[in-house]
Amino acid sequence: MRKFFKLLEERIFQGLMILATYGIAVVLFVIIISILIKGLPSLSWEMLSQTPKGGFYFGKEGGILNAIIGSLYLAFGSTLLALLIGLPVALYMNIHLLNRKKLVNTIRFLLDLLWGVPSIVYGAFGFSVMIFLGMRNSLLAGIITITLFIIPIMIRAIDEVLKSVPRGLLEASLSLGSTRSETAYRVFVKQCIPGIITAVLLAFGRGIGDAAAVLFTTGYTDYIPTSLSHPTASLPLAIFFQLSSPVPEVKDRAYASALVLTIIILVISILSRILSRRFQKTKINF
Amino acid sequence: MKRFFKINRKIRNTFHKRWMLLSLIVVIAMPIVLGVGLYLKSAMLLEQTSLIKLLFSKEWKPMQGLFGLWPFIVSSLWVTILALLIAGPICLLAAIYMTQYTKKYFLRMMHPVIDILAGIPSVVYGVWGVIFVVPLVSNHLAPFFNTQSSGYSILTGAIVLAVMIIPFILNILIEVFRNIPDQLTEASLSLGATHWETVKHVLVRKAFPGIVSAFGLGISRAFGETIAVLMVVGNVTQIPKGIFQPGYPLPALIANNYGEMLSIPLYDSALMLSALVLFVVVLLFNFASRMAIIKLERHT
Amino acid sequence: MDNQTKIHIKNLNLHIGKQQILKDINVQIPKNKITVILGPSGCGKTTLLKSLNRLTDIYPDIKVEGSIEIDGQDILKVKKRDVTDIRKKMGLLSQRPYPLPMSIYKNITYGLKISGRRRKRFLNKRVEHYLKQASLWDEVKDRLKDPASALSIGQQQRLCLARGLAVDPEIILADEPTSALDPVSSQAIEEKFVELKERYTIVMVTHVLRQARRIADHVVFMYLGEVVEQGSAEEVFGNPKEERTKAYLRGAFN
Repeated sequence: MRKFFKLLEERIFQGLMILATYGIAVVLFVIIISILIKGLPSLSWEMLSQTPKGGFYFGKEGGILNAIIGSLYLAFGSTLLALLIGLPVALYMNIHLLNRKKLVNTIRFLLDLLWGVPSIVYGAFGFSVMIFLGMRNSLLAGIITITLFIIPIMIRAIDEVLKSVPRGLLEASLSLGSTRSETAYRVFVKQCIPGIITAVLLAFGRGIGDAAAVLFTTGYTDYIPTSLSHPTASLPLAIFFQLSSPVPEVKDRAYASALVLTIIILVISILSRILSRRFQKTKINF
Repeated sequence: MKRFFKINRKIRNTFHKRWMLLSLIVVIAMPIVLGVGLYLKSAMLLEQTSLIKLLFSKEWKPMQGLFGLWPFIVSSLWVTILALLIAGPICLLAAIYMTQYTKKYFLRMMHPVIDILAGIPSVVYGVWGVIFVVPLVSNHLAPFFNTQSSGYSILTGAIVLAVMIIPFILNILIEVFRNIPDQLTEASLSLGATHWETVKHVLVRKAFPGIVSAFGLGISRAFGETIAVLMVVGNVTQIPKGIFQPGYPLPALIANNYGEMLSIPLYDSALMLSALVLFVVVLLFNFASRMAIIKLERHT
Repeated sequence: MDNQTKIHIKNLNLHIGKQQILKDINVQIPKNKITVILGPSGCGKTTLLKSLNRLTDIYPDIKVEGSIEIDGQDILKVKKRDVTDIRKKMGLLSQRPYPLPMSIYKNITYGLKISGRRRKRFLNKRVEHYLKQASLWDEVKDRLKDPASALSIGQQQRLCLARGLAVDPEIILADEPTSALDPVSSQAIEEKFVELKERYTIVMVTHVLRQARRIADHVVFMYLGEVVEQGSAEEVFGNPKEERTKAYLRGAFN
């Protein structure tokens, strides 16, 4: 009898576990399917290749090219800036501070904390700084805000890759007469390039998908920006604004825009998966 | 010529090192600058009204200069706690299943699913919420519980949030359970326990600090999530009396009012105070959870 | 099959994924003796030990074929829900001590409670009895409520022994039980084994030749997933028949 109840309990929980696990997969499926069903009918070449025309926001002609290009500008700009600051930090932590384990761990802890800060806080902060400096809504302000937001992600992701480089490699390189900085860029970066690209893609995905950080700082425009000081449209905001419109055609375009953003994210995710698989192959094993 | 190279190399080396150090200082200074900046902006309001009063007052009437944040804080708590109640058990069950009951390739297969879920932008979750969860709540869940709802409600926000934090919590939990040595399971089994008893009495207990911190990190993630929640939660300034009523969480408040706030300086200040509250709460939760993880690692 | 054989392994094959770990194992393990499974690391000793206990069940990637008879009953044919009865017959001592994440007291009572014994007085008596058997009682009697992880490694290993004895097994499976211990604790465990063999059948895995010579009654020598030679300790150590055994005894593999 005891055994029967024990078995019953185990079976019930096993059932629940299977339900939970497959449920998660099903939810992903449902998300993608609902976006596809709603977005595909109004997705057209016209939508991808044109900027908004007159009456666009009442359902007339035009497309979201301004938002797509704007988002790409924002994501590329901020990823580049974040790499410029993030890579040296990650290298410094793993090469120059190799023997200061406690310090490095404290920095890691700090970065993890920063990673958790919601993007709306960066957005609000960026906005205040922008006002303080007398800047206007612009591509540059957006890039800087997103950079703040993705730097911790970038550094920690690169850091995880660099951490796996064996200490012997550093010692070997130093003993051959290279300086630490040379070792950093010539040996470590070379050894870890696929991992670093994966980290960059991760940060890029975060940058292109985030709405709260750019809501305050980039503004919104129907034109493709030609200078850093112009306001810029972005995909997340295009989706957000169009969805709140009462016009059905505009709402439909919001779904289509969401589909476009989802596809971009999926492509990035698949790319990084392929790269990280290759990374495991090319890494020298000690 | 050779000497020239040597000098050149030295300069380059110094430059690299300086740049690295400078970047590091910038990054380390970031949280401090963030906190101080937000504080300076909210100081104007804080000089006029005490923090306690701002946090716990129900009156939000910006035009009259009343900035009670309580309705927003309550909404945020509702949405966050409900999201964790939904996501927590699901993640725990799934993590146990994937680490204890399945072949290794199953976990490898599920990893892309989790990663993609984690990568979907919040605005897309919001769109999904509008087209799927809102009708679900208004047409099915609310009638089932004998109430009415427009669908734009605390529960809708919580469901969308739950889906968003699932990959985040799940990844941590999988790591936590994978780090428990198999020999502990074997020890328990060899004493006559069934697999499930082992999970229940030994593994969950061993993983407990890890579970708590995973949930803590999930809470802090949920607390600050903005756009997706904003799109489905209704945004009505009131203290919600039930999960089928609309709410108005803190991040949504900030996001919704960014345009108007400039005209009234105190309004601006109030929104920055909300951002500061968000920042502090999230940092505290993050801090406590990560400390717990570090402690756990030290013990095993 | 004679009365003296406790465990009889016949044609045992074991795969992890596509890799074959154990190849056609045939072994007889005598009752109330210390049987030492000897061999270089990675030869499948530990895996063999775990399959005696059906611990291999929890790894879905592992496939086991053949039969393992204990007192004439093939344990590989036992239904999943009755496996716990088989496991209760055997106490397990692993390479490093893995105390359960609970108090010293609860570590001992865990197995008893699982089998439904809940009376406080009974449990108290058992705890004292088995801690004494593992020569740990005097050291911990005043702090039974402390977490088991607070003990030293040597104490933890003795706690694990007491914990295993508390479910009243017939067989003790030990997987290099002294490899993480200091010499004094190791010696204590070895002496305990010699003392315990009167009432238990002991199967111990080791790669330490000297330890095997010290306490083995019966020896099974394994190499690369196969049993090379088995027999009484005098035979195997005194007069090995196989070349590989001779080489190992000379120390060629270590």
